[in-house]
Amino acid sequence: MARDRHAKGPEAEEEADGSSGSPPGLPSRLWRSIFRTPLTPRTERERKRVVLNHLVLHMRPVRVPERTIPFRHTFGLGGMSATLVGLLILTGVLLMFVYEPSPDRAYGSIEALRRNVRFGGLVRNVHHWSANLLVFVAFLHLLRTFFTGAFHGARQFNWVIGVLLLIVVLAANFTGYLLPWDQLSFWAITIVTGMLGYLPVIGEGVIRLARGGTEIGSATLINFYTFHTTVIPVTIVGLMAFHFWRVRKAGGVVIPREPADDPADKPATVLFVPSLLMREFVTGLLLVAAVMVLAVALDAGLGAPANPGMSPNPAKAPWYFLGLQELLLHFHPTWAVVILPGLALLGLLAIPYLRYDPPMEGAWFVSETGRSLAVAGALAAVALTPLWVLLDEYVIDWSGWLGGLPPGLSEGLVPAVVALGIIWAVIRLAGRQYGGNRQETLQAAFAFLATALVILTAVGVWFRGEGMALGWPWTP
Amino acid sequence: MVDRRDERPPTEETGTSRRSFLSRLWLGLGGLALAEYVWLMVEFLRPRPDPAEAAGVLVAGPVEQFELDSVTAFPAGRFYLTRLADGGFLAVSRECTHLGCTVPWMADEGRFVCPCHSSAYDIRGDVLSPPAPRALDIHPVRIENGIVKVDTGRTLKRRYFEASQVARA
Repeated sequence: MARDRHAKGPEAEEEADGSSGSPPGLPSRLWRSIFRTPLTPRTERERKRVVLNHLVLHMRPVRVPERTIPFRHTFGLGGMSATLVGLLILTGVLLMFVYEPSPDRAYGSIEALRRNVRFGGLVRNVHHWSANLLVFVAFLHLLRTFFTGAFHGARQFNWVIGVLLLIVVLAANFTGYLLPWDQLSFWAITIVTGMLGYLPVIGEGVIRLARGGTEIGSATLINFYTFHTTVIPVTIVGLMAFHFWRVRKAGGVVIPREPADDPADKPATVLFVPSLLMREFVTGLLLVAAVMVLAVALDAGLGAPANPGMSPNPAKAPWYFLGLQELLLHFHPTWAVVILPGLALLGLLAIPYLRYDPPMEGAWFVSETGRSLAVAGALAAVALTPLWVLLDEYVIDWSGWLGGLPPGLSEGLVPAVVALGIIWAVIRLAGRQYGGNRQETLQAAFAFLATALVILTAVGVWFRGEGMALGWPWTP
Repeated sequence: MVDRRDERPPTEETGTSRRSFLSRLWLGLGGLALAEYVWLMVEFLRPRPDPAEAAGVLVAGPVEQFELDSVTAFPAGRFYLTRLADGGFLAVSRECTHLGCTVPWMADEGRFVCPCHSSAYDIRGDVLSPPAPRALDIHPVRIENGIVKVDTGRTLKRRYFEASQVARA
């Protein structure tokens, strides 16, 4: 790529510092043995070398295309995710000093944290809000990457790494959800691990493995705690390093273009230090400030201690799995938990590997046609998803209408085929209206599914009350 | 003098040379070491025997203690002992077969209702309304010398209620 000529080994450029007369003393020799480049580079040459010579910075490019710098291009979502992971590690380490992962003591240790540790509640709130924001920001990052077509060529596999990161982030959130050991966390984990039971053949075994037994108890808690505090953070940091490095190898983030621009134009570049680094730093600091405000204003809360004998009504999964739980109310469990999410995940992973003619990247929605198709897909989902939820709640009775069929067909295959048929029809109609090549058409489908997921999640969070019946969020 | 040609990386033709065989062997052994660690992890995560489950048989009490057509909760055993109108006994698990919530007995409605997704079961554990996919699990009940005993160490899954599941004095 354009930057490869800058990426020569640092040894190729000879030392320039320390050129004055007398030999440097021990402190400065020690300092220079640690930091071989000045930490506050002044010349352009030093600014390049500081990137190459630092363990962390060397994952970033030396020069970046100037047009990728503005905030509106990426909205800094990747950097924000990294900042949140940093906050989570810092606060998580503090929480580990106080938290005791056993059913007898877990709840009490959180109470003690809130009551007896100065800033204990605040640190927990920062951890809580960072974790929840991370799911949200990572999802937006995925949308940004998709709708700027940043998954072709050198970025193909980085898309896959990104999807893996999203999955691991969800795993981190999920394992952390159990730790307070209150009614909310206990029953949310019960429900979601219960969903695993619908995996064909292996379901029963997977559920036992996930819970460390048949019921949620001390084995579940210690397993979740260990994954949450060791395996998962290490995996996240490792994948993040891989993800960043791949961005560097692809020559920085995708270059924004207007649809009419000639892709062959060589973009003007600027140095990473300070042009991009300082922007990222400022974005990160502002985000930290925002999280702090959130943590002060909104308490993470702690419900009644977990009581395995009494399920609360309603019992809900964590919010990021409520879309899945909503699917459970409309499809046979094997379809809601296994087949439909499995298909969605496969589709997500396949996105960079489909054949595109031509692959288009850089511009938001890649073209005007693409924009129209994406908007059409999203609007169709806004109209059809609530309609489906309402009809299925009050009108449709699949098993009643198709009485003779086994439930896997009448409540699984049939509604799934109907739903997929509706989506297919929407895409065909939009395609007939606006035209468009494969990538532009894919945007209609992606926009539809992403919007549907958001709406299903919102229904699960706000419109499901007692007994998971539909209702308004403001009636008690 | 060593013949330099021998040190060239193996090509298609020399792919089965001793050197490439040994390299592959080492790589394979490294992979094996990794696989062993994964195996270790699986062994460590494998559920350990549950003392409550191993405890096995729970003595519920004498037959006449339980009224006809009644449901008695045994929180320690995580089940309900139901006595049907005809005098038969069933030990019904309290765990909803949909997603594992705990189902309370609604005495006034005469049914189990799951608070999570409103599945309902009758006194025999049979599904009255979905989304529950099958009847509540049961534990084997034995009646010895007029004493009802429930084997909580064994859980029997069932699709529907059948008369053969009922224990009689």
